[in-house]
Amino acid sequence: MFRNVAELVELAQSKNIPISEVMIEQEMDFRGSSREQVYEQMRNNLVVMEQAVKRGITENVRSHSGLTGGDAVLLQNYMKSGNSLSGQTMLDAVSKAIATNEVNAAMGTICATPTAGSAGVVPGTLFAIKEKVNPTEEQMVRYLFTSGAFGFVVANNASISGAAGGCQAEVGSATGMAAAAIVELMGGTPEQSSHAFAIALKNMLGLVCDPVAGLVEVPCVKRNAMGASNALVAADMSLAGITSRIPCDEVIDAMYKIGQTMPSALRETAQGGLAATPTGRELEAKIFGVALDKK
Amino acid sequence: MKFRSVFDIIGPVMIGPSSSHTAGAARIGRVARHLFGREPKSITISLYGSFARTYKGHGTDVALVGGVLDFDTYDERIVNALTIAEEKKIKVRFIEEDALTDHPNTARIQLSDEKGVLELVGISIGGGKIEVIELNGFALGLSGNSPAILVVHNDRFGAIAGVSNTLAKHEINIGHMNVSRKEKGKEALMTIEVDQNIPQVVLDAVELLPNIIQVAKISE
Repeated sequence: MFRNVAELVELAQSKNIPISEVMIEQEMDFRGSSREQVYEQMRNNLVVMEQAVKRGITENVRSHSGLTGGDAVLLQNYMKSGNSLSGQTMLDAVSKAIATNEVNAAMGTICATPTAGSAGVVPGTLFAIKEKVNPTEEQMVRYLFTSGAFGFVVANNASISGAAGGCQAEVGSATGMAAAAIVELMGGTPEQSSHAFAIALKNMLGLVCDPVAGLVEVPCVKRNAMGASNALVAADMSLAGITSRIPCDEVIDAMYKIGQTMPSALRETAQGGLAATPTGRELEAKIFGVALDKK
Repeated sequence: MKFRSVFDIIGPVMIGPSSSHTAGAARIGRVARHLFGREPKSITISLYGSFARTYKGHGTDVALVGGVLDFDTYDERIVNALTIAEEKKIKVRFIEEDALTDHPNTARIQLSDEKGVLELVGISIGGGKIEVIELNGFALGLSGNSPAILVVHNDRFGAIAGVSNTLAKHEINIGHMNVSRKEKGKEALMTIEVDQNIPQVVLDAVELLPNIIQVAKISE
């Protein structure tokens, strides 16, 4: 069993297998299940993700609070103009990340990756890359195992909970997970995956969790969008041969320590940051009848 | 290591919007239902901490009741759980508590009908993972991830040996076991996490042992 990214990469290198394979084998071992059972469960997760993305980019999904919805469709329409500056794959990833989180906010069905609030980044990037390079289903399922392997390390050595470690632990972790998985799907090495993870997470450090009215909507939906774009850039950098000067495990450790020193007002309590802005408080009062800080 | 499966990270498949406030809540409700063993006539839920502050926006209320109706985290009926409960003439009541708890996401669920009452306290620890920390006044730690068997018994010698022998005879392996009692010699509770789902014949066999008061199981 690997305990950190260094061990994960070492295992993949010594056996000459991809990171996704290390994760599959460990899962079979842990559960005493067959390869088919483990693969099939992940394939089901992939189907759920694809349905959520599809729903978000085609239907005008709205949340009960009215705070979010419809932005994924706007972006898809904008992409058709051909005038976007960021490029098709980038905007496709961003819109599909938003799509997932809009469906989530509307109490639709999603797959937590690693949490519901950060559920957009991994599928958003995956289904944008699908349009570009047309991967096999197996490559797509492996994408999720690779993401999971890195998320597994973060969950056990730091945190994937916004309440415990701020949004850097949720969308930050999801961003690193996606970056690492993109690298494997695009033919990079396990080591390049770890650099992509490190580069991505380094740029999400210090990200506070400050949901307006305590709901998984503002700024969560748009943060998933930025996470998806960040993951693509980090993966491209790593595939270009750029390395992270700070090793992956040390970045994860830094993230954990930053989370511990963050005041609780900035960790999913709706007491600080954007939640505490005048507009944030106004929206909160409108939704709940009374602002939470007055309760 | 707290997280042991890749599906703790990529998963669960769930109804949004929050893995801890919605999926975790549904799981707490469902464990209560499985322990109660039948559909209750009345559900009273006390909400603490972050659950109490934001439960309406997160659908924590519908998720908890959905769980009690035996819906899984991905069951789309969760969204309409309150209406479904009403149609089934189940009384549902929510209490927003001010008391501070050890964990910010805590719920106390009381299920009842003419045959009995069950009270359970669950916490939602993130990513949809939960722990049950109290059952009918007994302290316990139950992840809800493995199948488990709960045995209320009289605190007498041989009671625990009888249960573990019965499990061994049916080739059921114990992964984790915990015994708690309110007072020496009085009522006690065994919490046994096992590796596979427990067939009814095993529960029946355990129930017939001396000093056993009540047996319940939780399936995976």
